[in-house]
Parts: sequence; C-alpha cells; structure tokens
Amino acid sequence: MATVAVKATAYCLAFTPEIGLRYGTTPCQEHLAHPDSPFLKDLARSAQPYDVASRYAPNLTYIGAMTTDQLAAHAQPCFAHLEDKPQRFGRYGEIMPEDEFIGLLDICDVFDLVWLERDFAASIKRKLTAHPLMTDAQLKHLEEGRDAAELAAEVAKNQALPLYQEGKMVGCCRRGHKTDENLSAHVLLENLASKAGAVLSLLHLIRNAGMRPADIDFVVDCSEEAAGDINQRGGGNMAKAIAESADCVNASGFDVRAFCAAPVASIITSASMVVAGARKNVAVVSGGSIPKLYMNAREHVKKNVPPMENSMGCFAVLLTPDDGQNPVIRLDALGKHTVGAGASPQAVTAALIWEPLLAAGLTFTDVDKYAPELHDPEVTVPAGAGNVPEANYKMVAALAVMKGQCEKAGIQDFVKRHGLPGFAPTQGHIPSGVPFLGHAADAIREGHMKRAMIIGKGSLFLGRLTNLADGASFMVEAPREAGGSQVAVSKDDVEAVILDVLGDLAKKLKE
Amino acid sequence: MDLQNQQRIKDVAEKNNAEDIIVILGASDAEGAGIYAETVTAGDPTYAGPLAGVPLGLPVYHILDPLLKAEADPKAWEEQISMMEMVLDGEGLTTSVAEMREQNGKSVL
Repeated sequence: MATVAVKATAYCLAFTPEIGLRYGTTPCQEHLAHPDSPFLKDLARSAQPYDVASRYAPNLTYIGAMTTDQLAAHAQPCFAHLEDKPQRFGRYGEIMPEDEFIGLLDICDVFDLVWLERDFAASIKRKLTAHPLMTDAQLKHLEEGRDAAELAAEVAKNQALPLYQEGKMVGCCRRGHKTDENLSAHVLLENLASKAGAVLSLLHLIRNAGMRPADIDFVVDCSEEAAGDINQRGGGNMAKAIAESADCVNASGFDVRAFCAAPVASIITSASMVVAGARKNVAVVSGGSIPKLYMNAREHVKKNVPPMENSMGCFAVLLTPDDGQNPVIRLDALGKHTVGAGASPQAVTAALIWEPLLAAGLTFTDVDKYAPELHDPEVTVPAGAGNVPEANYKMVAALAVMKGQCEKAGIQDFVKRHGLPGFAPTQGHIPSGVPFLGHAADAIREGHMKRAMIIGKGSLFLGRLTNLADGASFMVEAPREAGGSQVAVSKDDVEAVILDVLGDLAKKLKE
Repeated sequence: MDLQNQQRIKDVAEKNNAEDIIVILGASDAEGAGIYAETVTAGDPTYAGPLAGVPLGLPVYHILDPLLKAEADPKAWEEQISMMEMVLDGEGLTTSVAEMREQNGKSVL
C-alpha cells in the first residue's frame, strides 16, 4: 500500500480587521455602492479587537492552543465565553496582529509595491525582530519607511490602496501597472496577503518539523488567488514565491487550484510525488483570503452578533516518505467526485466517503473522526448558512444507515462520536477538512485515534465554466508499527504467492 | 436567493405560461426556504435582485413535500433524495414554504 508520512503541520491566523473593513468583498462592494452606508458604520463600531480574537476558542483550536475535545466541551457561544487570557501562540502556529502582518506584507514584497510610513516601519521592525521565527534574511526586506505625505500622494494620484491601523494610514499597496486590471493595487494586495500568510505558516511548519528551510524540496500552493498579468491572469506559481520568502533555497514549486477542494487535492498530488520518489519533503501551503473577511458581516451586524470574520486562515503541511513513525496518508483509498457521479448530496457523500471505505475494506465506524468543511458555526448560523459540519455529519450518518452500518435511531450518537465542532475561519479553501489534520496527526501519535478522513469540497460553478461541484478525500491513520491497517508483506508471503502461481502454471501445462 | 437564480426564474416565467411552471426548492433550512418561497411569490424581500418588486406568484414547493414525493419515481427518490430525507426536517421545510405559497401564490398544484 502506498503511504506518505505527515511529518508536521502549521496553522496560523492573520488578524486583519482593518484590511477586512476596507477590502473584504462585502464591505468593499457596499462602500462602492453606498459610501455612507449605516452597515459600514455599524460594522466598524462592532469590530472586535485582537484581545478578543486571541481569547476566542475556535481561533485557539485552529492554532493548536486548544484541542477539538476541549472546544466541544466549551461553553457556547464561544464569543460570549472568551478564555481568561489572550494567547498568541499555539502548538501549530500563531494569531499574528495586524500591524505585524502589514510588516510581513512588506517583507514578502519584492516589487516595491508596499510602502510603509516611517514611524510605523520603525515600530514594526522592533516587533518583528522579536518574533521567534523572523530571520535577518527576512528582516532585511523590511523598508525604512517614507513620509506620510509621500504615501498620501501615491494614494491620491496613483490609485494605491491605503493600509490603516487604528484609523491612521500607516502604509499603502501600490498598483503594478497603469491599465492592467490584473495588476491593480487591489489584486496585488490580495495576492501579497495570501503569499505572506503562506510564508508565515511555512516558517512555523519548518520549525514544527525540526528542519531547516533548505531541507524543503518542493512547495505546493493551494490558495484561491490568481497571480499573473493581462496575458496570463492565472499564470501562477505563488508556491515558488512563497518558498523564496521563506528561504527554502533548494525548493521549487507549483500551484494547484480547485476552489475549496484544493487543499485536499494538493495533499493527494504532493503525497503521490513523495511516494513516487519524485520529491522528498513537500510542503503544501496556503495563505488566506482578503475577499472573505467580513463576508457574512451584514447578517452579524443585523442580528447583533460579534462579526468574527476578522482573520485570514493560513496553513502548511509537510509530507515526507513513510518512516514508520509518523501518521500516514494512504493513497489506495481516495475519494473522488467524478464528472458522472451526480450532484445530489447523496451522490457526493457516497463518492467521497463510502467509496474510499469500500476500497479500503473499512466500515463507517472504522474512521474515528470525519473532517468535512469545518466552518465555525458561530459565524455561519447567524448568517443563515446553518451549522455546516453538523449538517455534513448527519449526511455521513444517514449514508451509514442506508448502507446498513448504523441504526436510524443512532444518527445523533454517530454525529457525536465521529463528528467535530467547527472551528475554522470562513475562508473558502481553509475550512475544507485540512484544519483537523494537525489535531488528527497528534491524536494518532499519542494513541488516542487510529484513523481520520479529511474531506474537501469545492464550488466550481462559481467560475462559470461548469455547473459541477468537486470533491476529494483521503484517510490519515497510524503507521504500520503503531497498529495501522497497512499489512506488511513478508518474505514468506511472497514465497507463498510464487508457489501458488507456479502450481497453477504446472497444472495448465499438464492440461 | 442569489441574483443569478432570480434572473433564471424571471426569464422562465416571462417565456412560459405561469400554469406550466413549478418551482421546487431543495434548501436545507426552514428560514432560508421561506425566503426563497417568498422571492418567487411576493418578490425579493431584500430588494437586491431581479425579482425585487416582481410578485410572480408561482407555485412553489419543497422537494420533501409529501405531494412531490408521491409524484417521484421511487427508484430515483431512493438514489437521490432518501439520504437527505433522513437528515432534514421535511415537515418544517414543507410548512415554511407552504405558508409563503398560500399567502402570496397565485396558483397551486
């Protein structure tokens, strides 16, 4: 059986409420249509500070400062029951404050697109110098800054986008071309933010794996942004740009795009490269999405719920050859939503969950935890989208009933046993199963779990090229030495097979 | 209901006789189903889409309404719908859509 080790994971949040208030799609569109909109004023008034984001249990679960079991037992709603103390760092990564993230944008900018105000640049240099993962190589890219008047002129005359902190302009993102909309300041800010978030996660990943940047052979980016100019708007290779900013001098890379299914698709692609021996240490990475900041805030403001879509989710996963120690992804039983599978939830669930179980000779209850789209329900329920993970678990349980592996009366119990609370930011590709991979790998290493299934689904129809959706899934489980389901093939097994074949051959020759 | 779907329904309603059209919803939550039903009967309540101020009054039903199940091919129902039938609150969805249909609809099945 082809297996690949999950050596390390990293999960970070870039807390960016002021970027969200201006450039998240919902507020941005509203600003264009109704600049004096009461919604925008209410949203700005109800925006939450860093202190709240870093005490909010779903965020802490995302960065590994809290387990999913702790979150499941947590008082609800979490926004009304914040942890006593703010926590910036967790087992997997961190919640980076907005001012430092703007500094990181500048570090990741190699085209002089981001300009910082002089005093702000100095204060950020002090903060980022104290960051445990920033090296001199990264810090040397941080600019000294410019006069505020120079920034204001660039915004007024050349359509640069202002960047604010506490209402004051501290920087701007410039356009890359006068007429090419693919290189507008807005597109470049989105791409740079995605790159910077991925770099942050990759730095944490390398630290978590106990490796050096030079050890990374290949980087695969699975974000939702398109990098390119008028002649190749999705030309890509965000991955190589990310590898460069993280000092991965021996790496190359490429991008995989599949809407929200891209992280799972990228992990399968990367695992296949590792198994084939094409690449050894492959990092699958993604930054977050500015457009999705405050995406559902209209409903949150209307219902007087704190708008928590103020952080961009980012992650990184390191895949290496199976060493018999680390949890493994098995490639013999992958879920694939084919073109002909059909679009009903039943068809999708069967393709992504039932078929890989069948291929592996497993039952529904052989998987300890299923990880579908893990959206934070405290964000989605007030927005009218329901509790997404819970709805998915009910579907898995119902399918188990149809396949005779669960009693109808046992659906709720199945959901409780094999489900997880949602904790991921509503960032499209980010919630798509992958946020649980770190928790699952740890639980497998610690012996609390044997197997989890990670499920990604994507809404391809948003691109107007097909009405189809997509999906993919894989299972992660204990390695062979720890009692996983991989069967070792011994010399005796091989001899027995050869003897059987020779026996059959001899019989046929006699006939 | 997103703007594109509102436009699709508006186009179909303009090109066909109203009595030849039925809108079938698959929404998973009762509140959303009620809003969709309101949109295709009384008009878009958010006043954001092509059906804002356009009371089509179309007959609208949720797919889990027993009336529709009785019309469905049992084999197709088993293959396509039965799993979601176990998961969703069929009665709540049917009632929510029925309320809007009875308040604002111009025709029923």
